[in-house]
Amino acid sequence: MLGLGAKDTRLFLIVIGLTLFAPFLLNPFPADSSLAQFNAGYPDLMQRFVIFGIFAIGFNILFGLTGYLSFGHAAFLGVGSYAGVWMMKLLTMNVVPAILMSVIFAGLFSLLVGWISLRRSGIYFSILTLAFAQMSFALAYSVLTPITNGETGLQLALDDPRVLGVSRTEAGSIPLTHFFGLEMRDGFDWTIGGWVFTFNVGYYLSALVMVAAFYVSIRIFRSPFGMMLKAVKSNQQRMLYTGLNPRPYTLAAFVISGMYAGLAGGLMVAMDPLAGAERMQWTASGEVVLMTILGGAGTLIGPVLGAGLIKYFENIFSKINSNVLHQWFGFLPDGLEDALVFVVYPFVGKGWHLTLGIVFMLVVIFLPGGLVEGGQRIGRLFRRGRSSSSKHERTAATPSSHAAE
Amino acid sequence: MGLLEVKHVNKSFGGLKALTDVNLDVAQGSVHAIIGPNGAGKSTLLNTLIAKLAPDTGSVTFDGRPLVGMTPHEINQVGVSRVFQTPEIFGELTLLENVMIPAFARRDGAFGLHAWNQVMREGAIREKAMALLAELKLDGKSHVEARHLSRGDKRRLELAMCLVQEPKLLLLDEPTAGMSRADTNRTIDILKEIAGRGLTMVVIEHDMHVVFSLADRISVLAQGAIIAEDLPENIKGNPKVQEAYLGGAHL
Amino acid sequence: MDAIILQVLNGLDKGSAYALIALGLTLIFGTLGVVNFAHGALFMLGAFCAVTLNVILRASFTTIDETRTDFLGNPLKVETPYVEYWFGPEVGGSIIEWSVPLAILFAIPVMALVGIAMERGLVKHFYKRPHADQILVTFGLAIVLQEIIKAFYGANPIPTPAPDAFSGSFDFGALVGFDAGSIIYPYWRLVYFGFAAAVIAGVFAFLQFTTFGMVVRAGMADRETVGLLGIDIDRRFTFMFALAAIVAGLAGVMYAPINAPNYHMGMDFLVLSFVVVVVGGMGSLPGAVLAGFLLGILESFASMAAVVTLLPGINQVIIYLVAIVILLTRPRGLMGRKGVME
Repeated sequence: MLGLGAKDTRLFLIVIGLTLFAPFLLNPFPADSSLAQFNAGYPDLMQRFVIFGIFAIGFNILFGLTGYLSFGHAAFLGVGSYAGVWMMKLLTMNVVPAILMSVIFAGLFSLLVGWISLRRSGIYFSILTLAFAQMSFALAYSVLTPITNGETGLQLALDDPRVLGVSRTEAGSIPLTHFFGLEMRDGFDWTIGGWVFTFNVGYYLSALVMVAAFYVSIRIFRSPFGMMLKAVKSNQQRMLYTGLNPRPYTLAAFVISGMYAGLAGGLMVAMDPLAGAERMQWTASGEVVLMTILGGAGTLIGPVLGAGLIKYFENIFSKINSNVLHQWFGFLPDGLEDALVFVVYPFVGKGWHLTLGIVFMLVVIFLPGGLVEGGQRIGRLFRRGRSSSSKHERTAATPSSHAAE
Repeated sequence: MGLLEVKHVNKSFGGLKALTDVNLDVAQGSVHAIIGPNGAGKSTLLNTLIAKLAPDTGSVTFDGRPLVGMTPHEINQVGVSRVFQTPEIFGELTLLENVMIPAFARRDGAFGLHAWNQVMREGAIREKAMALLAELKLDGKSHVEARHLSRGDKRRLELAMCLVQEPKLLLLDEPTAGMSRADTNRTIDILKEIAGRGLTMVVIEHDMHVVFSLADRISVLAQGAIIAEDLPENIKGNPKVQEAYLGGAHL
Repeated sequence: MDAIILQVLNGLDKGSAYALIALGLTLIFGTLGVVNFAHGALFMLGAFCAVTLNVILRASFTTIDETRTDFLGNPLKVETPYVEYWFGPEVGGSIIEWSVPLAILFAIPVMALVGIAMERGLVKHFYKRPHADQILVTFGLAIVLQEIIKAFYGANPIPTPAPDAFSGSFDFGALVGFDAGSIIYPYWRLVYFGFAAAVIAGVFAFLQFTTFGMVVRAGMADRETVGLLGIDIDRRFTFMFALAAIVAGLAGVMYAPINAPNYHMGMDFLVLSFVVVVVGGMGSLPGAVLAGFLLGILESFASMAAVVTLLPGINQVIIYLVAIVILLTRPRGLMGRKGVME
């Protein structure tokens, strides 16, 4: 389908299915049950799942394929956000021009940063990207305040020109973001029994973009260009003496991943028209690194899984407080209950970063291919259990798992 | 006039003179072997040809074009391919991909942004790569990752990667080092076959069996200088060469 | 002239911290070949050694003094720290007051243990893995360490005062013959600089004059050969890691009074320290120290009012800007050797 191989088509269809039915899948608990707080099917979070999914997919095109570890990709997301908000301030609240402008500006900025940073490789490259991102962050906070509105962050205002729209609605408020009239906030709730499912325009627009972004990334992975990027990671010497110039390949990968970051930034402001400098900080760049590695660098679906997992942790896992824990362990004798809560408490709720850090370390140490490799290993165990003649399948499974190393 | 002309090349590392006034003239269609004791500067000489090292003075001309000052990938693009002493391959990629990459480099030049069409639908390139793998008896492993190959297979893979580019000049740095006798003989047969098609080669080799099976002409390098250049049969009897090889035990 | 001296002095304390962290980073990188992103966390742990000792020393019990009353008329509750109870208010009081310098003694064994545990438990397994993996796993460790500290001490900075004797400022200007009041400099910063200089000198002397140090230097120059000599590299690696951890930890202990420690101070310093290492030249110890002080002072100059009005924002970006220029023009940094990480 769509020029993809059978395996990729299957994966692509799964991703489409998951994003399409996410409002159901993420809301497995009835709205009035005690577990409802673990429902992730509300628009704000679902949007974040797919938007950070896009960010990670793009980052993976650079890091997963070429092995160049950038610690500055959040800067491109930030630039994209600012460009998007400016489009809404100056032109129209339609999100299409805003998103386009985000991608273009992030692409141009990443061209500049990549052109300089890619003169070095290894840790020097990482430090250069880090330096550029930290510079952008610092400048956005200070000198560039006329453009970025400094610490407050760039927001829409009632007196923005909005040449192709209105500065303020008849009711006197700031107009809402929309896709040719379809407002991002719109949506409807569907109540079945005790369950409430929310279908939100903003989410479905972001999901559509993510599906497209995912499709493009499959195409890139399977293209001669993608193969060259893997060659960059594998052996640059051989590439040079094979008549290939690695620089334009890595630069192209860098710019493409920068544009993905810009796309994510554009979608963010399309959902919530606000852009702040903290989006560019190096910890934000570190987060996309975590997502990609956790899910499985160099695999197609890994970054999306990683992004979903981290955002779920951040928004849901972090809500578990000591009351919830006491509820869970309530069936135990009091002393044991308190002891268990005491042990578990630092790892949940506000301490979710600790769990994340530990899980991340375990993945780097034992599962260089991330969750995807973990899944493959488990799958292989099952298959080996069922039939011992799966030798062919095992060799077929190796390329993807090794691509992550 | 030769396809490859090396004139008065000098190279030193710090105070150490690695190459002294080296001259080489490789005729179109010939197999030129460079022999010499360890540390004679053979690999250094090859490295100056492909811009891995820049010679201090002297000129290298290939097909009428000066190579000094070109980048490694430009030198490859004008038609010089090299097999390294330790195989340089793409370990994490499959054999088929390993051979397809140089085929793409031949077709698209130093950079081609084909991000939309799919590798496995590049029929012509794929067939060409498969044909070469078959020629080197590696086609049974075309979907194996290259790092899993034996050393001898890695060498043959690297040879396939060079040959798929249809180079005008092939540089071979000890193509049979570390191979079994049987593998060595098979490699000799392959190289002979290629030479028969008129491909120009420069071979560095320790194994004299290989050298005398292949070479049309031999240059002897000792302590960074060419001490003899002649037909194989004359080299055997050359006293200077025998002295360089400590009484000619190897010959 | 006095303005220039003031800026140099102002740059010294940050420069000292950069130099100490960069020194440890370089020791680890040069000997073990490991890029340690958790090094900032070691600095942070050091600072929290000072905090912890301070908390321990202040541990007190409550007694009720019937002879006095509080403003509500109730008997006054008096908190007496155990140390004051044990050693008398005089000695006990000064022990508490001097808790930061005392924390040096406390931090050395703690940081050594942390360093050994890190090397034996984690880093050891990454010697042969790519640098990207080393960066990632130590980055993960840094997150874990700072979250542990956050779980214990919360997210807010914890002020940890220097001893009263050093808490004020003095008139450096008058001391060296300028107008009185032209250069006012806090005592503790001078102490910090002196301390850093002493630690750096100690590390260099150790490397220069001991057999162990000689082996280490040889190892930094040519790792493989030293391994071939049959020298037990493993134990030395562990020791080097512990040493680097101690250096970073001490830098943190003494920094606590300058900036109240918080759990993310390590990350803040790490980014800059890596820039320092790269500017100094990966694997060069003198380079790391030199670049640490240079960048600290440069940063201080860039924040002068005159400079900032001329080039707005320059104080924020100067270090990164220098790093980018150095990396592009001198890829080996100021004093880097050929072939390191190329």
